[in-house]
Amino acid sequence: MTQTPILLVLLLALTSAAYYFGCKRAFRVADGKIRKLHSLPGYYGLYVALWAALPALLILCAWLLFQGSIITRMVVSSLPDAIQQLGPDRLNLVVNDIRNLVSGNIVSGEPDAIMLAAADYYRGLLSVSRNMLFAIVLIVAGLSGWYGYSKIRAQHRARNGVESIINWLLVACSTVAILTTVGIVLSVLFESIRFFQSVPITEFLFGLEWSPQIALRADQAGSSGAFGAVPLFAGTLLITFIAMTVAVPIGLMSALYLAEYASARVRAIAKPLLEVLAGIPTVVYGFFAALTVAPFIRESGGFLGLDVASESALAAGLVMGMMIIPFVSSLSDDVINAVPQSLREGAYGMGATSSETIRRVIFPAALPGIVGAILLAVSRAIGETMIVVMAAGLASNLTANPLEAVTTVTVQIVTLLVGDQEFDSPKTLAAFALGLVLFVVTLALNFVALYIVRKYREQYD
Amino acid sequence: MTNPGKALPEGATSFARIQAGMAKRRAAERRFKMLGRIAVSVGLLFLSVLLISIVSKGYTAFWQTQMRIDVVLTADEIDPDGTRSAETLRKADYSSLIKQSMRDMFPEVSGRRDKFALYGLVSNGAAFDLRDKVMADPSLIGTKVSLWVPADDDVDMLMKGHIDRNAAEDDRRIKDNVLGWINQLEAEDRLELRFNIDFFTKGDSRDPELAGIRGALMGTIFTLIVTLSLSFPLGVAAAVYLEEFAPKNKWTDLIEVNINNLAAVPSIVFGLLGLAVFINVFGLPRSAPLLGGLVLTLMTLPTIIIASRAALKSVPPSIRDAALGIGASPMQATLYHVIPLALPGMLTGTIIGMAQALGETAPLLMIGMVAFIADVPQGVFDPSTALPVQIYLWADSPERAYVERTSAAIMVLLGFLALMNLVAVLLRKRFERRW
Repeated sequence: MTQTPILLVLLLALTSAAYYFGCKRAFRVADGKIRKLHSLPGYYGLYVALWAALPALLILCAWLLFQGSIITRMVVSSLPDAIQQLGPDRLNLVVNDIRNLVSGNIVSGEPDAIMLAAADYYRGLLSVSRNMLFAIVLIVAGLSGWYGYSKIRAQHRARNGVESIINWLLVACSTVAILTTVGIVLSVLFESIRFFQSVPITEFLFGLEWSPQIALRADQAGSSGAFGAVPLFAGTLLITFIAMTVAVPIGLMSALYLAEYASARVRAIAKPLLEVLAGIPTVVYGFFAALTVAPFIRESGGFLGLDVASESALAAGLVMGMMIIPFVSSLSDDVINAVPQSLREGAYGMGATSSETIRRVIFPAALPGIVGAILLAVSRAIGETMIVVMAAGLASNLTANPLEAVTTVTVQIVTLLVGDQEFDSPKTLAAFALGLVLFVVTLALNFVALYIVRKYREQYD
Repeated sequence: MTNPGKALPEGATSFARIQAGMAKRRAAERRFKMLGRIAVSVGLLFLSVLLISIVSKGYTAFWQTQMRIDVVLTADEIDPDGTRSAETLRKADYSSLIKQSMRDMFPEVSGRRDKFALYGLVSNGAAFDLRDKVMADPSLIGTKVSLWVPADDDVDMLMKGHIDRNAAEDDRRIKDNVLGWINQLEAEDRLELRFNIDFFTKGDSRDPELAGIRGALMGTIFTLIVTLSLSFPLGVAAAVYLEEFAPKNKWTDLIEVNINNLAAVPSIVFGLLGLAVFINVFGLPRSAPLLGGLVLTLMTLPTIIIASRAALKSVPPSIRDAALGIGASPMQATLYHVIPLALPGMLTGTIIGMAQALGETAPLLMIGMVAFIADVPQGVFDPSTALPVQIYLWADSPERAYVERTSAAIMVLLGFLALMNLVAVLLRKRFERRW
C-alpha cells in the first residue's frame, strides 16, 4: 500500500510531461503558427496527457481491487490439503492468521511451520505483485502516452478527441447512481436468496415468532431459531404510527400557519428553526430518547399507575415524530405555496374567513401533495435506525401497546450485523432479508408518493 | 359557507342570517389560528428542550476534577541502575509511586480493601502522566514533584454534584470513608475542577475520565476527506452530464429516477451494500475511514447531484447562447462559462451533503466502525470510529461520567454541523445572483 502514493506521484509527473510535450509538438507541427492547428495547443497537450493517464489508472484500480482476493486464493491453494478441507469459517481463520503474520500483528496461537511458510509465500506474492504493478502501470502509461503523442498532426482534431473523452467520463460518473442501485439490489437479493434456502419465505413473512439464535450444540435450550418477521413489522409500524401521530398534526398545522397566517418576519425565523430539527443527527435524537424522554415517560407512567417499559415504543416514536416534523412541514409548505393565489382570492371574495379558505379550498387543493409528503415521511420513519437502536427494545414483542418495548426491522439488522459475522449462518443472512424488505417498502412508498405529487402538479401547470 | 341558522324566522334577509353565524365563524377562525400557533410553538419547544437537555447535561464535561499529588520519584524504583535510558524510564512502575504518595497522604489507612479504595481515587491515567513527565525531564528523578493528575470518574461525579453527598451510604457509589478522604483532600486544596484538555487530545478509553474525542474526530475527518474527494467530482460530473449534455431518452430517464430513489433509500441499506460489496467482494479493510468514506459517498451523491442540477438550471440560457454564438463548442461553453457560474450553488449543495455525512451513524455501524479503538488513526487505512459512532458507543456505556461526555461530544458534533451550515448560508448569500 505504501507504494501506491509513489506510483501516483510518478504517474502525475508522467502526465504533466505528456501535456508539456503534447503542446510542444503541436507548436512544432504547426511551425509555431497556431492558426494552422485545428485546436488550441493546450488541447493537444491534454489529449496526450489523457492518453497517458487513463489506461494506466484503470489498470491500477483494477489491480488494487483484485490483488487481495487473488493472492489469498493462491496462498490457500498452496496450503496442505488437510487445511483446505476445513470448513469455510475455519479456513477464514487460517487466512486471517496468515495475513496477521504478514503484517506483523498478533496471531491466535503459536504459528507453526506451515503457517510461517504460507506467510512467507504470501509476502513473496505481495512484493511480486507490487513490483509488477509498478512496472506495468509505468510501461502502459509510457506506451499509451506515446501513442497519443504520435497521433498529433496539424489537422488532428484534438479538441474533439478530448471533448469526447470528457463526455464519456461524465457519462461514467452519471452511471454511478445506477451502479449503486444495482449493487444494493444484488447484494441484498443474493444474501436473501441464500437465506430463503434455509428458511422458507412464507415463514419469514408470516411467522409470528422472531428469535434468531442458532444453536451451538444440538441439545441447547432454545436451539431452534425462529425467523418469523411479523413482530418486527408490527413493531416498526407501531413506532411509525406514533411518530406520524406526532409529526403530521404539528407539521401540517405549522405549515398552514406559516404559509397563510404568519407575518414575513415570524416566517423568516420560525421556518429555518423548525428545519434545524431535520439537520440534527439521528444519533443525537437516539441519545435524547434513551436518556431524557424514556425515563420521563417511565416516571410519569409510574405516577399514573401505569407500568411502562424503560424502552417503550412511545419514547422512540415520540422522538422520531419530533425529527419528522420538518419533513412534513417543509414539504407541505411547498405544496401549499403552489396553490394558485386565484383560488384564495376567489374564496375571500365569497366572504370566507381565512380558516374557512384554508380548510375548504386550500387544503383540498393541496391534499395530493400533502399525502405525498406524508408518505415520504412514513418511508423516512420506517428506515430510521439510530433512534430505535438506542431507544427501542431488542426483544420481539407482538403488541399494540405503546408502553411496552417492541423491536423494529432496522434494530434487528443492526443487532444481527454488528460484531463478528459468519456469512453462512441464517442469522446473518436474515439481516439481508430484512434489508430487502426495507428497501422494497421504502422504494414502493417513494414511487407512490412521487406519483401522487406529479399527478397533482399537472392540475395547475 | 355556514349552515343557515335554523332558529331564524322565515323570510329573514340573508344578511341577517350571515350576521347570526358570524360570532361562531370568528371563534372558529380564532381557534384555527391558535392551533397553528400552538403547532409552531410545540415544534420550537421540542427543539429547545432537545438542545437545553444536551447542553445542561454536557457542559460540565469540559471541566475535569484534577488531584494534586506529591510524588517522590525514588531513583531505586524508576531507574535502579542509573542508566537513564528511555527504555528503562518507560518500563518503570509509576503506579506504585503514585500509590506510595497516596499512602503518604493518608498514613492512617490500613487493610487491603481500604487501600484499594484509596488508590481508586486517582485515575489509572495518572501513571502515564507521571511517566511522560519523567521521560521529558529525567533530572526529576530523586526529587519530590507535585503534579495535577486526573481524579477517578466517581470523584469527578461527586465534585460536579452528580452523586448526592447526603444520600444514604448504601445508595451512594462513594462510601463514607472515601467521602471523608475526599473532604480532607478538598480542605487541603488538592482537588480542583480544571479545563478538560484530555477530552480534545485523547482517544477513546474504558475509563471515562481519560476518554477523549480526538480519535473519533480524526476518524470523521479522514472519512469526510474521502467522501468529499469522491462525491464532489462524481456528483458535479453527473449533474453536468444530466443537465447539459444528456439526450432525453430511456437511459437518462432511468438514471434520473434512480437518483431520486437513492435519495430516499434508508441509510442503513447503504451499510448493507458496503458490507456485502466493499468488504466481502472487494476485500477492503473493515473499520477503515476509506470504507466509511466510500459508503458515505454513495449516500451523499444523490444530494449533491440534485443540488448541482438546480444550480446549473439557474444559469440562464443566454450565457450558453452567447458562448455558442462566438464559436465555443458546447463543452467549452459548459466548462468555461456555465460551471463557474453554477459553482457556488454546487459547493453549497456539497457542504449540505457533507453535513449529512458527518451526522450519519447507521451505515458506519454496518461496516465495523464501531469497534473500541483507543488509538488515534493516522490515515485512511487505520481502523477508526467516527464522532457520531463514538456518541453511540458512549451512550451505551453504563458509567455516569459517560453521560456528560456523550453530551459534550454531541455539542462538538452540533458545533461542526452549525459551522458547515453557516458556511453554506454565507456562500449562498455572497454569490447568489438574480438574473
